[in-house]
Amino acid sequence: MGDRRTVIPFGPQHPVLPEPIQLKLVLEDEKVVEALPQIGYIHRGLERLVKVRDFNQMVFVAERICGICSFQHAMSYCLSIERLMNIEVPERADYLRVIWSELHRVHSHLLWLGLMADAFGFEAMFMETWKIREAVVDMMEATAGSRVIISTCQVGGVRRDIAPELLQQIVKLADDVQRRVKAIEHSVLNDYTIKKRTVDKGVISKEQAWKLGAAGPVLRASGVKWDARMIGYAGYKYLNFEPVVETAGDCYARTKVRFREMFVALDLLRQAVAKIPAGEINVKVKGNPEGEAFIQVEQPRGEVTYTVKGNGTKNLEKMHVRTPTFANIPAFLTMLPGCELADVPVLALTIDPCISCTER
Amino acid sequence: MGLINNSRAKSPWVVHFDCGSCNGCDIEVLACLTPLYDIERFGILNIGNPKHADVLLVTGTVNPRNERVLRNVYEQIPEPKVVVAIGACACTGGVFADCYNVIQGVDKIIPVDVYVPGCAARPEAIIDGVVLGLQKFQEKVEKMNKKAVGN
Repeated sequence: MGDRRTVIPFGPQHPVLPEPIQLKLVLEDEKVVEALPQIGYIHRGLERLVKVRDFNQMVFVAERICGICSFQHAMSYCLSIERLMNIEVPERADYLRVIWSELHRVHSHLLWLGLMADAFGFEAMFMETWKIREAVVDMMEATAGSRVIISTCQVGGVRRDIAPELLQQIVKLADDVQRRVKAIEHSVLNDYTIKKRTVDKGVISKEQAWKLGAAGPVLRASGVKWDARMIGYAGYKYLNFEPVVETAGDCYARTKVRFREMFVALDLLRQAVAKIPAGEINVKVKGNPEGEAFIQVEQPRGEVTYTVKGNGTKNLEKMHVRTPTFANIPAFLTMLPGCELADVPVLALTIDPCISCTER
Repeated sequence: MGLINNSRAKSPWVVHFDCGSCNGCDIEVLACLTPLYDIERFGILNIGNPKHADVLLVTGTVNPRNERVLRNVYEQIPEPKVVVAIGACACTGGVFADCYNVIQGVDKIIPVDVYVPGCAARPEAIIDGVVLGLQKFQEKVEKMNKKAVGN
């Protein structure tokens, strides 16, 4: 009968993908045999901008690598420059960074849960999670003046302070979000349809996840207890938390990890507000960066690493970002062979792809 | 004709194409669909198929790799159509204008009717942009009708 294989292009413009990436899916009937990713649709080449923008201006560029975890990108960049220049950031700034980071984590996970629900046609859940997310985004606007790209981080600290009344509002928000997320917990984690679509789908074993260099929730859902926040950058050294780990390594486990991580993030918010000291929020930065520095930061999607190299001028010599989705693509491509075509969108979403991070 | 034109302008279907955005504008476009902003109450529907669409929402920077895709999506939308460029990147290239792989603005590739500023553009601004686009849409419909009558 000859070749029974069909090649189906998935993307770049596809209803479940908010971003353009193309997967060439080689199918045998309904089964995926091979997946070939085609990337480059979002490549901007922003790492080269270090040649024209000075190291303070680069914060804004780093922030716009990804609009979903924007604060964490800005923070990672600032942390790496601060390590390079040996800048001691005031304690209050460390705490404020934690607060904004965790707000971003909660909004990112809610956003992901909505997109995931949308991928298997659970429209009501999409609306519900995004409704909860609006409250978090509103808090971002109240504290920073902008909804998604908040531009509050700068080298040497943060640009804005959060007033004590607003900090209390954040605690209230955390309780409110916790209550509303708890309310949908049953319909997400115990739903027959969701279980049918996710349990035993796209299994990645612990060894595979480690070997393929997976990051973040994908790694933790396979049973590896690794979260870059354990290193204790920014204010995390003052706070207690336990990384969420699951062992099954399937789509359901990844959903569970992200779901429970929201509660951890909300708890961190409460802890940070309870412990935040008074004081300065930034220090003056003198001189130009020289030498090389490396930093690991846990983003909602996993671990990001920043490597920066300065040459004593106001422009950096080199900046390199390795983002979590980039690390998760090998794991994703391992999941695909053997799955049904209809499961591809769900599998794609369980790694929480952020293509604009990956291609920069 | 009256009925068709009326329903065209009163219930525009939008298709969203992300060129090379940082996701900031994309999540705001999606936020427009969710209960707080709920553009469906205006009859605006977000769909995946460009052949069903009247309005094209473009976010992010264009580059030589995705300009072909953008043009393809644009050409698949049946006439009359309106293009709304959302966010600083789509309008001019924004903060990335100096990057080597960025074309400064969507209007270098396809005709743009409405520019929505902002980084990231707020949902209110996006809704405003689409509504402005609808006025242009109405004009285009009328122009098309005149042409049809003239023939």
